Amino acid sequence: MAVALDLVVQLGQMLVVLAAAPLLTGYVRKVKARLLRRQGPPLLQPYRDLLRLVRKEVVLAHNASWLFRVAPYLIFATTWVAAALVPTFATGLIFSHAADMIAIVALLGSARFMLALAGLDVGTSFGGIGSSREMMIASLAEPVMLMVVFTLSLLAGSTQLSSIAASMQGPEVGLRVSLALALVGLIMVAIAENARIPVDNPATHLELTMVHEAMILEYSGRHLALIEAASFLKLLLYVSIIACVFAPWGITVSGQGFTAYLTAFALYAAKLAAAGFLLAVFETVIAKMRVFRVSDFLGAALMLGFLAALLLFVSRVT
Amino acid sequence: MALEGLLWCIATLLGTGMAAVAMARHRSASALVYGVALCACVIALAIAGGSLLTLDSAGEKLTLPVGLPWLGAHFRIDALAAFFLLVVNLGGATASLYGLGYGRHEETPGRVLPFYPAFLAGMNLVVLADDAFTFLFTWEFMSLSSWALVMAHHRRPGNAAAGYLYLLMASFGTLALLLAFGLLAGPAGGYAFDAIRSAPQAQLAGVVLVLALVGAGSKAGLLPLHVWLPLAHPAAPSHVSALMSGVMTKVAVYGFVRIVFDLLGPPVWWWGGLVALLGGLTAVMGVLYALMEHDLKRLLAYHTVENIGIIFIGLGLAAAFEANEMPAAAALGLTAALFHVFNHSVFKSLLFFGAGAVLTATGERDMERLGGLIHRMPFTAFAFLVGSAAISALPPFNGFVSEWLTFQAILLSPALPQWLLKFLVPAIGALLALSAALAAACFVKAFGVTFLGRARTEAARDAAETDRWSLASMFVLVALCLLAGILPGYFIDALAPVSQALAGAHLPRQDELDWLTIVPIAQSRSSYNGLLLFLFIALAAGVGAEAIHRWASAATRRSAPWDCGFPDASPLTQYTAGSFSQPIRRVFGSVVFRAREEVYMPPPGDASAARMHVRLHDVPWDVLYVPTAKFVSFAAERLNKVQFLTIRAYLTLVFGALVVLLMVLAVWQ
Amino acid sequence: MDQLALDVAHLFAGGLVLASFMLLYQDRMTGLINIFALHALVVSFSVAWQAYIQQAPHLYITAAIALVVKALVIPLALHRIIVRLGIHRTIEPVVGVGQTMLAGIGLVALSIMVMLPITAQAGTLAREDLAFALSVILLGLLMMITRRNAVSQVIGFMSIENGLILAATGAKGMPLVVEISVAFSILIALIVIGIFLFRIRERFETVDIHVLHEHRGEQP
Repeated sequence: MAVALDLVVQLGQMLVVLAAAPLLTGYVRKVKARLLRRQGPPLLQPYRDLLRLVRKEVVLAHNASWLFRVAPYLIFATTWVAAALVPTFATGLIFSHAADMIAIVALLGSARFMLALAGLDVGTSFGGIGSSREMMIASLAEPVMLMVVFTLSLLAGSTQLSSIAASMQGPEVGLRVSLALALVGLIMVAIAENARIPVDNPATHLELTMVHEAMILEYSGRHLALIEAASFLKLLLYVSIIACVFAPWGITVSGQGFTAYLTAFALYAAKLAAAGFLLAVFETVIAKMRVFRVSDFLGAALMLGFLAALLLFVSRVT
Repeated sequence: MALEGLLWCIATLLGTGMAAVAMARHRSASALVYGVALCACVIALAIAGGSLLTLDSAGEKLTLPVGLPWLGAHFRIDALAAFFLLVVNLGGATASLYGLGYGRHEETPGRVLPFYPAFLAGMNLVVLADDAFTFLFTWEFMSLSSWALVMAHHRRPGNAAAGYLYLLMASFGTLALLLAFGLLAGPAGGYAFDAIRSAPQAQLAGVVLVLALVGAGSKAGLLPLHVWLPLAHPAAPSHVSALMSGVMTKVAVYGFVRIVFDLLGPPVWWWGGLVALLGGLTAVMGVLYALMEHDLKRLLAYHTVENIGIIFIGLGLAAAFEANEMPAAAALGLTAALFHVFNHSVFKSLLFFGAGAVLTATGERDMERLGGLIHRMPFTAFAFLVGSAAISALPPFNGFVSEWLTFQAILLSPALPQWLLKFLVPAIGALLALSAALAAACFVKAFGVTFLGRARTEAARDAAETDRWSLASMFVLVALCLLAGILPGYFIDALAPVSQALAGAHLPRQDELDWLTIVPIAQSRSSYNGLLLFLFIALAAGVGAEAIHRWASAATRRSAPWDCGFPDASPLTQYTAGSFSQPIRRVFGSVVFRAREEVYMPPPGDASAARMHVRLHDVPWDVLYVPTAKFVSFAAERLNKVQFLTIRAYLTLVFGALVVLLMVLAVWQ
Repeated sequence: MDQLALDVAHLFAGGLVLASFMLLYQDRMTGLINIFALHALVVSFSVAWQAYIQQAPHLYITAAIALVVKALVIPLALHRIIVRLGIHRTIEPVVGVGQTMLAGIGLVALSIMVMLPITAQAGTLAREDLAFALSVILLGLLMMITRRNAVSQVIGFMSIENGLILAATGAKGMPLVVEISVAFSILIALIVIGIFLFRIRERFETVDIHVLHEHRGEQP
């Protein structure tokens, strides 16, 4: 009975994540529009976009292969699984021992691998541009993620997200500059991976300025709906990781009862809203960099990661 | 019992090799040789697997009365040897299965068939050897038979130079190993491994480590001794390339592990740091070289260098932890490295088989003359895709599990007391993460440019799928990649006796954990569940597909791709391998290789083509090899004069040498 | 010493190292001076916090001197100097920013490796501050050797002094007299260097040291 209830809660988290992802993106777009003194699309517009896309006919290039047709499903599946494993309102759920931070990052890597291959499949230059730039950005972002994971595991003694969240809520962490540095590094990686300004512009369709959009240029209809859903989920995933690690207050432990889950979920929604607002402000304030400055940007993030780890070594010396 | 069975399998292989010398011209010689090799390898594989699971710590021993009169030839099978025999024979079996189909396309079977079983026999013998002389003899036998295979197509341009460089580096490596064994045997001169183990730790143990690193590392492909690998491995026929990259490098790793972890005694802390640092640098440099390549087999050979780097990171960490008396952590490092040994041999063989299939079907190795092969060779493409995903360390395949275990070992490094190690190991971790990400980029390039897109040449347009033997061997390896990824607990448990023997501890038993999770250190610390991830992904994909099927429109239409108003009929306008790696070349290559691009644009009105040149400098080659070669030539030039002296001069030399020796004798009483 | 006090001191010291990295990274002149002002601000906060937890009121004066002189007066003076020299719009080609940053990380690691074992007998606060101070000094030196512009080198030189202040206050007990004399000597050095820069600029129309190097020994 208890096992069944735990399964229901875990399943609930999976569905909650899927349902909330388009809302987060819709909220970010609305805030950005308001900051630019526009009305902006309605909050629920991403849901309508997905619905519209699934009802449309798919147009495939003549030489698109089976990989092109299968990739959206795999991309969606891996991103959804990764997003569903991150603790949002409760730690210690029944499958939380599979939520290793390195495994989640690697799952996103699988999604990116399939997406980059799909970009190369049709054999035009646009896909090639997107894929090659995406892999460059990924290769710069991975060491940063590892240094962030290293810093967190030094502090929390674990790489499981549930354990990290639980130990961050505890008293012995204290005020540490390493955590601030790790947070900034993680935010920079999140911006790069989610194709937000200043690394990539999610709203443009000019091939010279885009990375993510160039890879999915040939997709249409239900395939595009899956890929869009996957990108919504990816943004939610990164925000959830930042919230669960750096702002873990309010996450309850599994088995506390329904009201505890509800309050924790309300707090989680508030965190999402705050993060979405900050993201929108940041994107409005800053300009997009040219592609070869992304290496400086992520290089700075790597330095912050190294520095965070070094400073932790010093402060743990006694 | 097991040992005798193995020796009989090896004898069968040697016999087949000798028989093939006589009957290579025969019509069914190829099928016969590969068939016998397959059977022998499968039997040896079964024996090795059984030994790994059931053998006790002492192992089995045998001494044959061949070789040096006072020494004989000692053979021994223990847990470490059983594991490496498993790896060797798995590679041999799949390569033989592949060869049943591939061997039909061989133009000069007389140059390949005798040496192939000999090569397999040599590798098996190295792993079984229990004294220094047998080890070195079989090591050289393995090198020479593989050299003969590299030179099989010696008329192709570049192959002769590759073979020459290979022979040179192999001899250099054996010299280093000879010196290492000499130091290990010490003044007592006991060359049997048992004698070395029971003797006190050798003087100059650090020198032995460096010599073992040089000797075994040059065969494995550690920086900066890797230069022969990307030339020699592609030159051989494809199944032999798979064996050399996937298996022979592992035999070199075996040699290193045997010397450093078994024969050398307790390690010192800086050994681990040196090995891990060298491994980290090798990993990153290997994958950066691979990114600059557009020859498919050479790219795969450079990736072998990268993965050997990853293995040596694990081994270095294990040595560092063992030096600091942390046996559980040392067991983790060792298990991670050995698991990666197994994984790499599986997916590297798979990738080389795929490259061989492409080579047979199109006659091209250059990626920039291929493309669109996923339509013409769908099964090969699928197998190559799985291999690419596995080597890029993507869940749920096996490459991710061994890299995850290596990362977990790196995350244990703050417990090390030495400050240099404390700072070095996270830096090596960053290098490992970088190499994993760059490997994914490289395989997107390799798979995407070769198999996806549109065909760039006639050869690619007219390719046909390969024969079913090759496909069978590839799919066996695909199944193994997936199995090792979703059921890693069983493999880790199988490695427990090996790490117990070498590090004094083993990882906790994995098969009793629920949901088949693996927990390398403690449940509270970290855990990974490949099976659950795989099931979740399948479930999520199923739910997505079902939802789409239920609520989405099923209409599909084929049309031309988006061309922005400029339709290009020529497939040459699509991305090439060089263009794909350009961003990475600019970011990393401009620093590491001093890569410079020069674009020659014709003046306006001139209709000739623009050209782009990319210049790369290979730093180890320019700094280490070219000056050494120049010095050797210079010295040889000078010493050449000794060939042409007069008789009086020769007599003077003999007289002088005699006098000097007598003086030495007089002084050194 | 309670944990919060240690954590805040650690925060400021770490912030100082971070500011030194930002100095390494910055290639615009005005930005460089602003970050130097930030550097001095962080060091003054750090000294003020040390004054609070060590109950050493004379350190408040040190903090005030650092704040006024180095975070306000000197940056203002430098802003005016670079406008008069006409280099306020230059973007310096910081050659190899990636390698410089990696070298910086290596220097921080080196200072930690050197300082922590040596100071094993001292208190936690002193050990941390000494390790970070050595890093700041080494990073300042790194900045001096990787820059071409003379003004950037001056800023690097002054950031070294901030590191010395951190070391002195962390190690408990820098007399006020020493601080005042050090501060004044830096000020004098700055004035002299400023005068020289103007003379060089008048003669050679540039303060780029590579260009100056070619003309060494010539009659102007």
